[in-house]
Amino acid sequence: MHLARVVGRLVATQQYEGLRGVPLQLIQPLDDEGADHGEVVVACSAISSGPGDFVHWIDGREAALACPESFVPVDATIIGWVEEAWSNGRKLAP
Amino acid sequence: MLIGKVVGSVVATRKDEKLEHRKLLLVQVHDQHNKPKEQYVVAIDSVGAGHGDMILYATGSSARQTTVTEGRPCDAVIMAVVDSWDLGGDNVYEKWKS
Amino acid sequence: MFLATVVGTVVSPVQIPVLDGRTLLLVQPVDPQGRKQGRVRLGIDHAQAGVGDRVLVMDEGNSARQMLDAKEGAVKTVIVAVVDYIERDGALAYDHRDERSTP
Repeated sequence: MHLARVVGRLVATQQYEGLRGVPLQLIQPLDDEGADHGEVVVACSAISSGPGDFVHWIDGREAALACPESFVPVDATIIGWVEEAWSNGRKLAP
Repeated sequence: MLIGKVVGSVVATRKDEKLEHRKLLLVQVHDQHNKPKEQYVVAIDSVGAGHGDMILYATGSSARQTTVTEGRPCDAVIMAVVDSWDLGGDNVYEKWKS
Repeated sequence: MFLATVVGTVVSPVQIPVLDGRTLLLVQPVDPQGRKQGRVRLGIDHAQAGVGDRVLVMDEGNSARQMLDAKEGAVKTVIVAVVDYIERDGALAYDHRDERSTP
């Protein structure tokens, strides 16, 4: 499970059948200082997140378990909205 | 999931029997700005993607969670054909414009 | 499992139901000497860990679901232990024992 910032939205009408209606968003993973770390990935969203939001997400097979239909080829899902996070005594402001 | 472009296909006669009748597509990975990377992956198609399509693919054991790939050797599956995406409010890719 | 240091806390009022009521901590993976190794993660606290603790983190879904008794939940990263000491090649690489934990 990781921290990220939502940076964009993606639309795909032709997609695996069990994924209809699930929002797809671009997320930038973050490090312990709230700075960008690693490549942007596309994730499903299990909450009502949107661009600019500070979120946490899950990768791997477990990502599919957060989707309405769990037998789907999904390897990244946003599972929570972060109101605030503190790291090394400092409040993160991504 | 990562964004990629279908740039070709891979055909192999001698292969694991569980890969038979599965479309193997050659995908070039693109970044969020739609810039191609020197990184390629061969993925099984589960949505009817074609040459030139921008697609999303899933990796790892998630890739086997489709009716096309379940119980088969597969570590990358194309699970969506991308229509469009935006980044920071700006449109980066629009299928119907290109 | 990997070694990590708890570096912070996360407040997440909107999240998937399986996480409700659970504490999320920021854990920085480290090597046995305590040097940073890769990107920070969020771990579900299952060991009453606190900021500054050296911990052991499980990062596998099936194990996580067993420990948390969450049959279908999307959980993966769980803090399973607070480390007392780490031995490497016969020497102590990390020692955090106090009177309470020393036999």
